[in-house]
Amino acid sequence: MSEPSALTVRVETARKAGAGDFRFRLLTLLAALAVLAIFSGVVLSLVIGAMPAFKAFGLGFITTEAWSPTRERFGALAPIYGTLVTSLIAMLIAVPVGIGIAIFLTDLCPRPLRRPIGTAIELLAGIPSIIYGIWGLFVFAPWFQLHVQEPVVEAVGNIPVLSTLFGGATFGIGTLTAALILSIMILPFISAVTRDVLETVPSALKEASYALGSTSWEVMWKVCLPFCQTGVAGGAMLALGRALGETMAVTFVIGNAHRISPSLFAPGTSISATIANEFSEATSELYTSSLIELGFLLFVITFIVLACAQLMLRQMEKGKGKVT
Amino acid sequence: MNMNRALYFRRRLANYVFVSMSLAMALFGLVWLAFILGALLKNGIAALSPSLFTEATPPPGSAGGLSNAIFGSAVMSLGAVLLGTPIGLFAGTYLAEYARFGKLAFVVRFVNDTLLSAPSIVTGLFIYELVVTRMGHFSAIAGALSLTVIVIPVVVRTTENMLLLVPSGLREAASALGAPRSMVIKLVTWKAARAGIITGVLLAVARISGETAPLLFTALNNQFMSTDITHPMASLPVVIFQYALSPYEDWHTLAWGGALLVTATVLTLSIIARLLEGKKRT
Repeated sequence: MSEPSALTVRVETARKAGAGDFRFRLLTLLAALAVLAIFSGVVLSLVIGAMPAFKAFGLGFITTEAWSPTRERFGALAPIYGTLVTSLIAMLIAVPVGIGIAIFLTDLCPRPLRRPIGTAIELLAGIPSIIYGIWGLFVFAPWFQLHVQEPVVEAVGNIPVLSTLFGGATFGIGTLTAALILSIMILPFISAVTRDVLETVPSALKEASYALGSTSWEVMWKVCLPFCQTGVAGGAMLALGRALGETMAVTFVIGNAHRISPSLFAPGTSISATIANEFSEATSELYTSSLIELGFLLFVITFIVLACAQLMLRQMEKGKGKVT
Repeated sequence: MNMNRALYFRRRLANYVFVSMSLAMALFGLVWLAFILGALLKNGIAALSPSLFTEATPPPGSAGGLSNAIFGSAVMSLGAVLLGTPIGLFAGTYLAEYARFGKLAFVVRFVNDTLLSAPSIVTGLFIYELVVTRMGHFSAIAGALSLTVIVIPVVVRTTENMLLLVPSGLREAASALGAPRSMVIKLVTWKAARAGIITGVLLAVARISGETAPLLFTALNNQFMSTDITHPMASLPVVIFQYALSPYEDWHTLAWGGALLVTATVLTLSIIARLLEGKKRT
């Protein structure tokens, strides 16, 4: 073999680099496809696992309240009700408070305090849900029973609607306790997203409004919030997705009773709490399968909510591009 | 004139109410944080002792520690990070470097963000169906895999975000020097985004070290020290869950000790991550 010319060496190097380039690109593509594979795997495994229960109960699964492992009768109504009610109450509290905190941190808080307070609120998001659970069970529930439930039960006495809503025996744990703890947990998500979108409001808009003599409240309520309402709604949906799927904190304090009770103080259950509590004890195939069907329902509900959240937040991002 | 004054007063009153309300809400958030951390410190510090780290979980009524649970958590988290980081890193790179505006990238991004907030208990069910039913029993491998499913979306999201922050000028300069695309990515953009990517991994570790739900029916629990990853393994969150719901006082104490350890780990990791990120911004 003769000495390879400078040209062939270069061609060879370029070819190798090209091949390495292709392999690297393929590798990243495969990793991206792995994300899709995980998602489809989750959906498929839930559908397959839920098949026996779906065949046995059909659509009646969603509308039946009875849940009896001994008689092999399973209905998802009580857990679905619990999940929706706890999340709804949590949202009612966390949305206004979360937005309030975000407003405080973007516009009203003295500058040196912004970072520490912002960090502290975000630490709330970092605390694992099991910690909320153990705190809720040992600290919050007894406090809540003594200082809120008992006085309230006494106060509402015989007032028609309120006495059913806040009546019955007080245990500390129950649907309302779970909802309150959920609201604390999702608070930081809402305030973080709201803060981010509030910062996208062009300062010229705010300054113009101030120049016309608006108060801080009017600038916030009539200029800033309308400007980024899609983003705020997206943040709220994101938090709702979290609340619906939240497991451990709820499992500790909801009481795990498979019934729908009119009183918010009464113990109830949620989809995630039912799965967490009963899955490793489920003995029969139908029992396991019913729990997996519950998981499937939860996944579908949260998927819809999270998809809406993403669409809203994406739209917000696009809008941001247009204005600036 | 009179009406003007009334209007003025009303507007200022509304403003005053609004300012104090948002202040009250910020305080409301801080009060809960203080309430939770206070209870955790009070009960957790009482439970701290050297035996917490050296002895395995006891039967009710006798003394013991959490060594097997600490070990199990460390092993499974490590496994999940080792497995999840490369996949997340490559997938994030694909989204940011190769297919930024492609259709596939749009779908992957959407699916990834859904997985990011999907209920973690569902990932447990997925791994149960995929691994546990095939193996026939619970195992630490299954536990680590279910945590991997949680790690990947976190790493993908932060990697993509951080790579997008790298100025295109850097890439163009490297390409102009003749570097092939893969080399541009490996030697230039990854390096430029390193701090951010590490932040993502730290956040992922923080996220999984408190995860309980997916471990309940994948790794289950183990009362004894076990180093066999094909068998059930204890983990801190699962032990906390089981012990807190038990009727035994000494188990409650151990649960609080574990809770303090988990929270300290998670908060330390997130604060380090925040510092790294902050350094990047300035």
